Amino acid sequence: MSDIPRPDLTRADTVRADTAPPSLGSRLPGLSALGPLLALILLVALGAYLNENFLSAGNITNVLARSAFIGMIAVGMTFVITSGGLDLSVGSMAAFIAGVMILAMNALLPSMGVGVPLILAGMAIALGAGFLAGLGNGLLVTKARIEPFIVTLGTMGIFRSLVTWLADGGTISLDFGVRQLYRPVYYSGLFGVAWPILAFALVAIAGQVAMRHTRFGRYCEAIGSNDKVALYSAVNVERIRLMTYVLLGLLVGLATIMYVPRLGSASGSTGMLWELEAIAAVIIGGTALKGGYGRVWGTVIGVLILSLIDNILILADLVSPYLNGTIQGVIIVLAVVLQRSKSSSA
Amino acid sequence: MERRTFLTTAAIGAATAATGVSLPAMAQGKKAVIGVSIPSATHGFMGGLNWHAQDTIKRLKATYTNLEFVLATAGAVGKQVNDIEDMVATRNIDALVVLPFESEPLTSPVKAVKDAGKWVTVVDRGLSQAGIEDLYVAGDNTAFGRVSGEYFKANLKPGAKIVVLRGIPTTLDNERVEAFQAAIAGSGIEILDMQHGNWNRDKAFSVMQDYLSKHKQIDAVWAADDDMAIGVMEAIAQSGRQKEMWIVGGAGMKQIIKRVMDKDPQIPVDVSYPPALISTALEVTALNFVSATPVYGRFIIGSTLITAENAAQFYFPDSPF
Repeated sequence: MSDIPRPDLTRADTVRADTAPPSLGSRLPGLSALGPLLALILLVALGAYLNENFLSAGNITNVLARSAFIGMIAVGMTFVITSGGLDLSVGSMAAFIAGVMILAMNALLPSMGVGVPLILAGMAIALGAGFLAGLGNGLLVTKARIEPFIVTLGTMGIFRSLVTWLADGGTISLDFGVRQLYRPVYYSGLFGVAWPILAFALVAIAGQVAMRHTRFGRYCEAIGSNDKVALYSAVNVERIRLMTYVLLGLLVGLATIMYVPRLGSASGSTGMLWELEAIAAVIIGGTALKGGYGRVWGTVIGVLILSLIDNILILADLVSPYLNGTIQGVIIVLAVVLQRSKSSSA
Repeated sequence: MERRTFLTTAAIGAATAATGVSLPAMAQGKKAVIGVSIPSATHGFMGGLNWHAQDTIKRLKATYTNLEFVLATAGAVGKQVNDIEDMVATRNIDALVVLPFESEPLTSPVKAVKDAGKWVTVVDRGLSQAGIEDLYVAGDNTAFGRVSGEYFKANLKPGAKIVVLRGIPTTLDNERVEAFQAAIAGSGIEILDMQHGNWNRDKAFSVMQDYLSKHKQIDAVWAADDDMAIGVMEAIAQSGRQKEMWIVGGAGMKQIIKRVMDKDPQIPVDVSYPPALISTALEVTALNFVSATPVYGRFIIGSTLITAENAAQFYFPDSPF
């Protein structure tokens, strides 16, 4: 591929790797962008070759539905990272919101009874809690001016210990009757496509549009690229930054709404390491960790790569299960290498 | 249900202080102080262990007025070492009951306590050097695997196919799995797959989903843990294959024990590995200070098969686990 002469884009890509956002004119994904896509295609081919059931509808649904939680969170994370921030608290936040949501629904049960209004109330509480948690992170970053890494490292510990406390060290379980009514939100869907997959797809499309075709997306890239210049260009830097954290909080709430019906419970180990998976997916997808450039569809591919590795390792029995982590690590690094080396050598 | 763990702990501390101040004359001589250091409630089993520790301390304090307890829970190895040093330095403990977070790093701090002439009870995870503790109380991981394996052997026909979920890769997990494999050896049962579910519901759920898409025939699942059994059950329900296979978990989570009691065909039995083993350690240690009963040595709590008949004695509806 590198022999196709594209002098202008090459320069733009080189510059992008350093400081500036990409030239807005490039509609087609550049060569570097194809790295993760290539990795995804290779993984799918490998999976299909290794196990005949890999491409069965059941397995595809499983993998996509499993990806949906991390996926929705990772789309939000793309905006936070693009604007130069970071959020380490999302995994604990999901566990905390799940705990609050379940406790609230159990508490409302006697007065509201088992029914759709109770489920809707639970969903509203989850979104509300996500909004507040994101707002808290965002305000600490923008108003108190603390490094996002430190703020969210702190809130990560706070949310994690709060959910352990709420659960009294055990597990918070949704009332059995409510659970039966709520269950289809994870397990069934529309036209054979499970609800979490639909929700993830909608979030991804909306995210892609917001990043590429709205002022909000452009501001995020401008701020991540150089916040001083953005400020002098009359961008309300603090407000946009705050909005990215609130957006992420809401998406964590949405992910929780899809997560709770799956097992109907939350505990101190819910959502463990989701933050790192989400961040890894964002970076694999081609968003710059230091901000300034975001690629939502790349994030979606990153999430799918991560879930597929897990799925293939179990379906294929290739290596000792002790080595699963090694394979995952190698593929993550390779996916990024593939993308970076193309952008600098093309 | 006691939800506010740290408030309860604080209350115990306050009660201790109050008794110590107001009733000095009542004690027969000096009060014995027992320090208890355990990992904090980060997952189901430890949550149950914390609950049983607090429950037992409450009861022992009411029974024996000359005993005092200091309870500290630690979320990391370093914190546990600090806790133990603080107990010796500031609370002047007479005995230490410790469930080491990890064996290696806790060995020398606990040895220091022993060298200072204190009584030491080690719970569940042994220290890396033999002979330090006066009393060792633990569950039996080999029996845990063996009892599960024996149930599989007795209830499946030769040629039956099973899948196994393993825990976090540790020696403890290896002991269980090796004993399980030894117990089913020669039975003609085929283990199709063994992957790590990390004692986690979500992970077990997705591993089981993959097992189900990979294998057409599965007759039984050894989930090896009750949290994992819950995830496995959901994955099976999703595939609609509930009638085809049964599941054996392990530990003694109340939701699972309830199903065994109710004769759920999907969960016919459970295998105990009780978080209440901390209660055994506390009770036996207390005996040393209130009586002349000899209590040094090793106390290994067997893993037994929990069936519909005996499930009631393993059922603690108030415990969070």
